[in-house]
Amino acid sequence: MIEPIIRAFIAENYIFDSLQPGSSDSLTQMGILDSMGVLELIMFIEERFGFKIPDEDTLPENLDTIDNIVHYIERRRETAKAA
Amino acid sequence: MTLSPELLRLEPAEAVTTITDGLRRLLPQLRRKGAVLGLSGGIDSSVTAALCVRALGPERVLGLLMPEADSADDTLALSRLIAEHLGVATVLEDITPLLEASGCYARRDAAIRSVIPGYGPGWKAKLVLPSVAESDSYRLFSVVAQAPDGSQVRERLTPESYLAIIAATSFKQRSRKLLEYYHADRLNYAVVGTPNRLEYDQGFFVKNGDGAADIKPIAHLYKSQVYQLAEYLELPTEIRSRPPTTDTYALPQSQEEFYFSLPYHQMDLCLYAFNHGYRPEEAAPALNLSAEQVTRVYRDIESKRRATRYLHLAPLLIEAVPEVSASLP
Repeated sequence: MIEPIIRAFIAENYIFDSLQPGSSDSLTQMGILDSMGVLELIMFIEERFGFKIPDEDTLPENLDTIDNIVHYIERRRETAKAA
Repeated sequence: MTLSPELLRLEPAEAVTTITDGLRRLLPQLRRKGAVLGLSGGIDSSVTAALCVRALGPERVLGLLMPEADSADDTLALSRLIAEHLGVATVLEDITPLLEASGCYARRDAAIRSVIPGYGPGWKAKLVLPSVAESDSYRLFSVVAQAPDGSQVRERLTPESYLAIIAATSFKQRSRKLLEYYHADRLNYAVVGTPNRLEYDQGFFVKNGDGAADIKPIAHLYKSQVYQLAEYLELPTEIRSRPPTTDTYALPQSQEEFYFSLPYHQMDLCLYAFNHGYRPEEAAPALNLSAEQVTRVYRDIESKRRATRYLHLAPLLIEAVPEVSASLP
């Protein structure tokens, strides 16, 4: 269950008011994450899920919505299993 | 109207009159009789100093020269050049001892060592961002460090190391401001800030560091307009031809590497286009970028405005104090 973990991290660290992002809402465009927030999110994912996110993967299509984050982590886990 | 650099052309005589009239009008409101400003040898502080001299006369302007251990070799010579050119008095304040005493260098180096353990004496470093025009990746800071043998290492910063490096290097801008206010207080002068519009709008300054001032006379001017004024004011060519630099890290660092998405002439026009509602596909040809790249720069502009909004805020109050706010301009 990846999504609740990501939601809890975001809620704990970045939700200062009643903003509740939908699964496909842009976290940067909603003003929830700035570049420091993205950096913290990357560190959190790396530590919590045990893999490094290379620079070329630090893209909105991987990290800008809760759906994208969940799919990215799933893809990385599948790649790791296949290897 | 089609976007073109021509739209940033101003009428220099008129712009100079507006600013010098403004300085003469605002200074009495501050109850100060002259201007203190830091001279870096860069275009912004040089033009601002020239405008202060036009408005107030050279005898009521003091230029501070505040180099430190990591300043570029030409910083001091260029600062002296502009001061002599304008006929203003200067005070040399080498801020290195102040920075050593506050632990600026030691704290910064410890933070760099947390990501590059070999970093130490004889090494040089700078922070860099990936180009927003070249890729859609998030703009995450890396540290580039150069060993004494010339080899370079690049590592992405962790949130803690990034914040620690910025917090430590900000001692530089804040120490300079400390001295500017010391001299301003001693002379009953105002402190004049030197940000241009790009810096002011995009929050490229340190709160209570270079962001602190009593007046910011060129904050409404795009950077290329500052260059136009420099030409009109006939400032020395050495000053006008110096590439913009942060002059904060030991390794040479351009402003676009550290903060802005593009070199200033493109960034200027892109900000103008964004401010005036040009769609990315309309703005792209004049910027020599694709519509997709312009979209990314627009996004970066918005994101910087959001992230740095707090830098512009005065301290927030829980309840209003109308007796004070009513008396403010």
